[in-house]
Amino acid sequence: MPETTYIDAITQAMSEEMARDERVFLIGEDVGAYGGAFKTSYGLLDKFGAERVIDTPISEIAIIGAASGAALMGMRPIAEMQFLDFITCGYDILVNFAAMNSYLFGRACPIVVRGPAGGGTHGGPYHSINPEAMFLNRPGLKIVAPGTAYDAKGLLKAAIRDDNPVLYIEHKYLYRRIKENLPDDDYIVPIGKANVRRRGKDLTIITWGAMLYVADDAADELAKDNVSTEIIDLRSIVPFDEDAILESVAKTNRVIILHEAPLTGGAGAEFAARIAEKAFDYLDAPIKRIAALDVPTPYSPPLEAAALPDKTRVLQAARELLAY
Amino acid sequence: MSELSNEQLLDIDYYLRLTRTLEERLVALFRQAKVIGGLYRSLGQEGESVAAAYALDYKQGDVVQPLIRNIGAILVAGAKPADIIKQYMAKGDGPTRGRELNIHFGHPARDGFIGQISMLGDMIPVMAGIALAGRMQKRKLVTLAFIGDGGSSTGAFWEGMNFASVQKLPMVVIVENNGYAYSTPTSKQTAARTLADKSYAFGCAGVTIDGNDVLGVYDTTKRAIENARSGGGVTLIEVMTFRMKGHAEHDNQAYVPKELIAEWAEKDAVVRFENLLVERGVATREQLDAIQQRVKKEVDDATDEADRSPMPDPAHAGKGLFIEDGYWG
Repeated sequence: MPETTYIDAITQAMSEEMARDERVFLIGEDVGAYGGAFKTSYGLLDKFGAERVIDTPISEIAIIGAASGAALMGMRPIAEMQFLDFITCGYDILVNFAAMNSYLFGRACPIVVRGPAGGGTHGGPYHSINPEAMFLNRPGLKIVAPGTAYDAKGLLKAAIRDDNPVLYIEHKYLYRRIKENLPDDDYIVPIGKANVRRRGKDLTIITWGAMLYVADDAADELAKDNVSTEIIDLRSIVPFDEDAILESVAKTNRVIILHEAPLTGGAGAEFAARIAEKAFDYLDAPIKRIAALDVPTPYSPPLEAAALPDKTRVLQAARELLAY
Repeated sequence: MSELSNEQLLDIDYYLRLTRTLEERLVALFRQAKVIGGLYRSLGQEGESVAAAYALDYKQGDVVQPLIRNIGAILVAGAKPADIIKQYMAKGDGPTRGRELNIHFGHPARDGFIGQISMLGDMIPVMAGIALAGRMQKRKLVTLAFIGDGGSSTGAFWEGMNFASVQKLPMVVIVENNGYAYSTPTSKQTAARTLADKSYAFGCAGVTIDGNDVLGVYDTTKRAIENARSGGGVTLIEVMTFRMKGHAEHDNQAYVPKELIAEWAEKDAVVRFENLLVERGVATREQLDAIQQRVKKEVDDATDEADRSPMPDPAHAGKGLFIEDGYWG
């Protein structure tokens, strides 16, 4: 069996879920004949027809709104944002309508809103967003951000089967850069469970998405100095696996939170606060956050590289913590 | 006189009276400080609200989406007066258990209606999605959405109308032109000649009608619904009516010329409709009074029920964010 890329894992998850459950359909811009701007839905139109692979006008409100209405009627729509940056155009209907159905009305609204996120591809300020923080403070929406092909498939299946709205953040830098052998069987990755990607005892890096690979590189480098790094791949931002975070911090006593979104008000601030509240006694050093600069993601490669977190910054933080 | 039987005409009168009487009761409860939030009157607009909703076929799975002043529409769809009063009184056993206000409630698949959210226009794409689901499920249901002169300025309205029209979805949209969006007159809302003219941009059918002519609204809406049901796509119906009260009870509508209010008072839809019923021998004044007596008793009973209802348990404030919490059963 050939290895499966991250993007193919997403396509497979959609295709298998659409084959398994006729309530599942895909709606978005250029998802049909063109197969999606990144070819994420390539082949789905041929397999499932135009009624279940719906090309829409350029209308993020209509995409998310129509998906939500259909979901209330028992369907299981997947709403694609061509780039997740454009989710801001549909932000209102997602947080005010879709996400409030359960708490206010007891209505199940099982939609998945998914699309390419993240930088590193020179997409510039309107094609590089990491949007999790702007949804973190709006209760009612689950948020997942897979960083491996295995998780991309398993989390998307879990999201489609979930009875709540789920924001599925796929990292476009990873689309064709990573691949792995996936199981043949139908598996899901449960929402809300972190993965201990690498076990270690000296230092914890909590991260997700494409930053996994920055963490890996840093951990490899630290290993040369006999520093053993634990990497927690959070995978789910809402709900997040607090136990996994606290257990790791209790073990290593030093923690870096690494994310690609800007620092201030980023999701890392919430995790840091939680560690400070619940694991303060275990800490041997301050909590470190490594994140993007507090700027829009710039276009030109040297600027983008300087704005986004990298191995050098992680290593510097790690060494400060170890020397504390 | 329309295709409606005498029985149906009296049924419509019942809903008109129920709407007006229930709202008058809500005003009384508001003045007793039993209504917790704002109170939004539909006085002057009951006719189109009831008539349009009456044209749906709820047994087919049709769904109506009211705005805040379409209390008449959800009564037609089957909402219970006691539930509406409980919502206004923020009671714990109302449809939203004290989490949302007034007529913001309902489930499209279960109740035949779904309340708006406060972000105007958002329900147009949602209603398009309900219609889309109906079509995918091979059902013949039609959705009926209300929007106002103000709401038809929103981006969500435009996106939803455009998408629904492209997809030829079975959806009818009533644009209530009631003169004012809060304090803003329609002339400051749009430079379009009529709100129905917006249909040209979508490529859907559009028409402007007298919103205070109950039977005219029924007939036009009915035709649009049947056209939608048979695959003819979206119709936008602009109904000309008037908001006889302020935006909410706190608003004395000083910005509305007195003559305008007086002029529209002469056109009251309920009075017009009942005069017609009597003139054409459908009902006697005594029969209409009997309907009013029945309505008053129902509203009295509903008020008693809502009054006896408990406020929500504060321990529940954190429950039910996600479906699997099991809070809603």
